[in-house]
Amino acid sequence: MDMQAFNDAQAARRARLMMLQQSIRYVLLFAVGLVMLYPLIWLVGASFKTNSEIFAGAGFLPRNPTLDGYIHGWQTSTPYTFGRFFWNSFLIILPKVIGTAISCTLAAYAFARFDFPLKKVFFVSVIAILLLPNVVTRIPQYILFRDFGWLDTFLPLWVPSALAGDAFFVFMLVQFLRSLPSDMEEAARVDGANSLQTLLYIVVPMLAPALISVCLFQFMWTMNDFLGPLIYLSSVDKYPVSLALKLSIDTTEAFEWNRILAMSVLTIAPALIIFFAAQRYFIEGISAGGVKG
Amino acid sequence: MKGQRFLGLAYLAPYIIGLLVFTAVPFLASLYLSFTDYDLLSAPEWVGWDNFKKLFTRDRTFWKSLNVTLLYVFITVPLKLAFALFIAAILNYRLRFINFFRTAFYVPSILGGSIAIAVLWRYMFASEGLVNMALGTVGLVPVDWFGDPGNALFTITLLRCWQFGSAMVIFLAALQSIDKSLYEAAAIDGASKTRIFFYITLPLLTPVIFFNLIMQMVQAFQEFNGPYIITQGGPLKSTYLLPLYIYDEAFKKFDMGYASAIAWVLFVIIMVLTLIAFWSSKKWVYYAGDKRS
Repeated sequence: MDMQAFNDAQAARRARLMMLQQSIRYVLLFAVGLVMLYPLIWLVGASFKTNSEIFAGAGFLPRNPTLDGYIHGWQTSTPYTFGRFFWNSFLIILPKVIGTAISCTLAAYAFARFDFPLKKVFFVSVIAILLLPNVVTRIPQYILFRDFGWLDTFLPLWVPSALAGDAFFVFMLVQFLRSLPSDMEEAARVDGANSLQTLLYIVVPMLAPALISVCLFQFMWTMNDFLGPLIYLSSVDKYPVSLALKLSIDTTEAFEWNRILAMSVLTIAPALIIFFAAQRYFIEGISAGGVKG
Repeated sequence: MKGQRFLGLAYLAPYIIGLLVFTAVPFLASLYLSFTDYDLLSAPEWVGWDNFKKLFTRDRTFWKSLNVTLLYVFITVPLKLAFALFIAAILNYRLRFINFFRTAFYVPSILGGSIAIAVLWRYMFASEGLVNMALGTVGLVPVDWFGDPGNALFTITLLRCWQFGSAMVIFLAALQSIDKSLYEAAAIDGASKTRIFFYITLPLLTPVIFFNLIMQMVQAFQEFNGPYIITQGGPLKSTYLLPLYIYDEAFKKFDMGYASAIAWVLFVIIMVLTLIAFWSSKKWVYYAGDKRS
């Protein structure tokens, strides 16, 4: 065999090996992906099944699709429908997200663009809050909110976030802002803009992608938050969907599985829709700062 | 910016107020409360070390709970990170549909903390649930997931491992930022793929591994929703993680002093482990441009 033929054979063999390896990777990824997503697919399918069918097989396609679970689940065993609970979730989320965006932007602006006494100490405190387990502060916070007369209102859920309490977002915005040049801001300053105008007209537009990530994450986490509402809200008419779902589990007849599954699907639907509509911001958000969850 | 020494502080004011009112004061207050007997009705009564003495000498539930918590964290965190890194490493090969896979693997992280998913887990691992049906079709014996104390903790662990997506996205971003010329140089020198992974990729990833390790650990120690909804801490307290115990003592028995003492023990454990991680990081975390290796 001459050298040329030998080399060709070698190259062909290497190419075949590469193909094989690549195929193995695809098969592996598809298998893992299926295992990861099948529970969700099954959940959606099962929510349209009759109760007797849910535990009858591992397939996800309902044989006799029914909206029974959705109709009865929506009614709940309380005087309220799930519509009320979604509205409550919205009432909790909207002010919280707005408050977070404003307060975290102000804090990030201060850290990234100004020098002031104790700046280092305060920045260390951001990292400290990031690592501080909430479990230590929860009990005194509860007592504090009780003394304020805020129990069974949305205030305990809104106010800490509106005062930049979610250190992760401050950290993320500071990192982002530090990576941006400040030439434009200096130019604006020379033209006579004060620092607030600079913030509003120059910094905020530049921060927009990061701010969108912040809002999306805050939306998602608040939607999923269970312990906060569990501790602070006691009247059913103020329950967000997470608490209402837990209530349905406790109060629904043991065999009415499809109602609970149907309401589970509805409670994750907003988060899923927003995620698919704006996934770029999620992926970029965590890739840039690293994120919990 | 001279003459504006305090302008930065003004922008930081909301954060500072939040820091003091909702973090610093509650942090110290919980330390104080841990040395008291306080039922929310009468004023806190100073009891010295009594709470801690009771915890460490007479409280069997605490020891059981601590044991389960440590087991949970030490299984979950390495498993989740190893899996996240493994999948990220595969995705890092030039594959098609990389965005599709990345999205698919990230979805569980978006939903994982929600009550709906905990509900789903309950149905999936029920004695006639999805998992046992799947085991049945491949001819395996069904497993008693929630009845057996050993299995119950494992199902809770799986719920968190299922949410490996956010760690994976961070790993993937780090992998993609590695300078390709390093790989080319190593390949020219005849290094095998395994060697390249362990001698180039892994060392360059250590900062991200370190970051993920700390964040995942702090969160795993505070897991609440999963066990609260899925197993209510049972059977035989085999999934009764410390946050559940703290919640019960504080918000069911209103024994705020004792609950604060448990919270502080948990906090000290997390802090010591975090400090160990930081201290040991000098030995194993490699920062590019650094002389150490």
